[in-house]
Amino acid sequence: MNAFAAIDRRALALHLAVIAVLFVLQFVLPAYHHGIMARILVLAVFAMGYNLLFGYTGLLSLGHAMFFSAGLYGAGLSVYHLDWSVPAAFGAGLAGGLVLSAAVGFLALRTTGVAFLIVTMMFGQVAYLFTLYFTDWTRGEEGLTLPQAARVLGPLDLTDPTTRYFAALVLFTIALFVTLALVRAPFGRVLVAIRENEERTRMLGYDTFRNKLGATIASGVICAASGAAYVLLFGYFGSSFAAVQYSILPLLWVLVGGAATTLGPLLGTILMFYLVDLSNDLLNSRFPDWDVSYLGIVGVALVLLILFFPKGLLGSVRDRWVRWLP
Amino acid sequence: MTGKRTSLLLPNKNLTRRTALKGMGAAAGLMAAPGFVRYSQAQSSEPIRIGFQAHRTGIGAAYGRWYERVTTAAAQAINDAGGINGRPLEIVTEDDGTDPKRGAEVVEKFANQHKTDVVFGTLFSHVVVGSAPAAGELKMPYYVVSEGYHVASGSLNRYVFQPGITDVKAQVRAVGPWIAENVGKKITLVYPDYAFGHDHRDKFPERFEAAGGTVVGLVPIPPTETSFTRYFPQIPSDTEVIYHVMVGPGVLTFVKELGEFYGSSGPKLFGFIDSLEAVDINSPGLEFLDGSYFWEGMPRYLQPDASDAVKAYRAAVGIDDNGASVNDPKDVSTSAHMFGCWETLYIIKEAMEAAGYQGPADRAKLVEATEALTEFPEGPEHPQGLKVFSPMIHQSFGQQYISQVSGGKLNVVHTTSIEDGMYEPEADYTSMPL
Repeated sequence: MNAFAAIDRRALALHLAVIAVLFVLQFVLPAYHHGIMARILVLAVFAMGYNLLFGYTGLLSLGHAMFFSAGLYGAGLSVYHLDWSVPAAFGAGLAGGLVLSAAVGFLALRTTGVAFLIVTMMFGQVAYLFTLYFTDWTRGEEGLTLPQAARVLGPLDLTDPTTRYFAALVLFTIALFVTLALVRAPFGRVLVAIRENEERTRMLGYDTFRNKLGATIASGVICAASGAAYVLLFGYFGSSFAAVQYSILPLLWVLVGGAATTLGPLLGTILMFYLVDLSNDLLNSRFPDWDVSYLGIVGVALVLLILFFPKGLLGSVRDRWVRWLP
Repeated sequence: MTGKRTSLLLPNKNLTRRTALKGMGAAAGLMAAPGFVRYSQAQSSEPIRIGFQAHRTGIGAAYGRWYERVTTAAAQAINDAGGINGRPLEIVTEDDGTDPKRGAEVVEKFANQHKTDVVFGTLFSHVVVGSAPAAGELKMPYYVVSEGYHVASGSLNRYVFQPGITDVKAQVRAVGPWIAENVGKKITLVYPDYAFGHDHRDKFPERFEAAGGTVVGLVPIPPTETSFTRYFPQIPSDTEVIYHVMVGPGVLTFVKELGEFYGSSGPKLFGFIDSLEAVDINSPGLEFLDGSYFWEGMPRYLQPDASDAVKAYRAAVGIDDNGASVNDPKDVSTSAHMFGCWETLYIIKEAMEAAGYQGPADRAKLVEATEALTEFPEGPEHPQGLKVFSPMIHQSFGQQYISQVSGGKLNVVHTTSIEDGMYEPEADYTSMPL
């Protein structure tokens, strides 16, 4: 029992330390990285939502862009067409994610494995086509911008870099501790049990469908929170965020950082962003005449990563060195 | 008495002559420090840095490749002629991946890391619209070559300009009357069923119908569609002209299937060359296009009456008489759009010189100086033709070219006037705060 308590204290201390580091980074990061870090924190929440379903529950979805977009469009359209305030629009985004994930979960969870992947991808594609079909409202692939004047929270101007960073950090902190609490709670244990052996979990008396539905809804709402925050903080929403690549990206971020680790999504999101950014810098500065895309470097890096960290960075770290990592 | 004089000269009464001298010495030392020297020189000889947001990867890569070549050529020409305000021009390129999220990040990178003076680019509307909030928040002048109506609509912000290329609304308005008078009066529009296609659907009919034409059919093609034959029966049988604006990889299939559907007896065709930019007009399957008409922003093939300015521009950007790369005849250019990069760089130069631009602190002055521009005369700097700039909507108006496919080439058969495409401004950016 004491050992469990110690693990929890260590985990809590680690997570608090991560938040503290992110807080301090606000004051030391150069302007560009400061702005980028705010984006990363918001997108890491998307990855954390995805991780809850994929990493902990073992359900591989390729339609999570629809949950991100539910938040993005729920909040964006509320501000753009209805002049809703930021909190109300954020609430609309969350509600969009809640309703959509409940509906999709209820239908898609009748399938498992590859079928679940395909069904979620199809629902994701439907959501993407919805954003195009209602172009009169959404401007489809071109998208819409929110005026700076509408992106205020009381006295706080969300377009101010400092405010934006703190807003992103608050959202990230809430999502991180909610995720941590969920996966440490009995509910989270059941999810892991389902991942490891669904039949056995059912045999033990658990209603696996209800638990999986709960995980889908929690995952969808967290992803929607990320989408809603993204549009309110950065001012743009368009169909590209609903396209299949935004279903693949959180999978990639989670795989790189470490599936079923609470901090893996953040690490994966940071790593993938800087892999792209620094590859571009490297090609621009060292090999300007090479007709090579950054994608080549990113591809090689990912292959190496999978060779040496097959469970993602933090997943492999946990396996080899830090067993208590949540 | 002395004390009183000192207090007049030096606001702090406790300041002695010794501390004042120390302060002056420190100031002199600061001026001699490397950083300050660098800053002083920046006013006169350091390059003007222009961040170029390029579609190097993603769906816009074919456009991006040519936008980059034209931009490099224009920067070279400007530098050869003495630069901007006597300072050389340096192009800093970043790949936007033809993605709006990355586009916005690239604008931030230009502003905060590369410390460019302005940002310039790019074609695809969603990247421009996605990047615009970042440009507005960072107060970074953002000159785009996108031809979308997004700038002129007033939906972006005061820092976004499109002075070097006309917008889709002006383009479709300009060609409408000519189609009605020369090709046919009953037209069916075939367009992709999303924002780009809707712009054509919504903005084309007004002037076409005013010239006696009638839109007899609308055939929206759903996005992600790869086969088109089943949509062709929706085209009314009395259609005299099919107006098509398909884009993306499906366009070759679209034209081929249209040809198979109609054989040699179908309606006449009018299309936007956007469909076939960077595609050889003589590609297999495109034979059906022979005799059809296309809008071109600037002629792909060298025309017999081309001006010296056009010839010089084509030589500088490296395209042959067929509009392909001089190094590779199969590398067809995006000539209907890429001239906008050349012209926009010259407009940035003109605005910077008018503003007496010294550095980022003058960005607001640069915005106002750009808004003070009204006309860009035809010549080496504007080879596509004269442009009239509307400061209220940050958008230029210019002439359009209508070409016919014959003998395996696109030959210009009509050049619209600027007035053909003009419309009343529907927004006023100049009233927005800087």
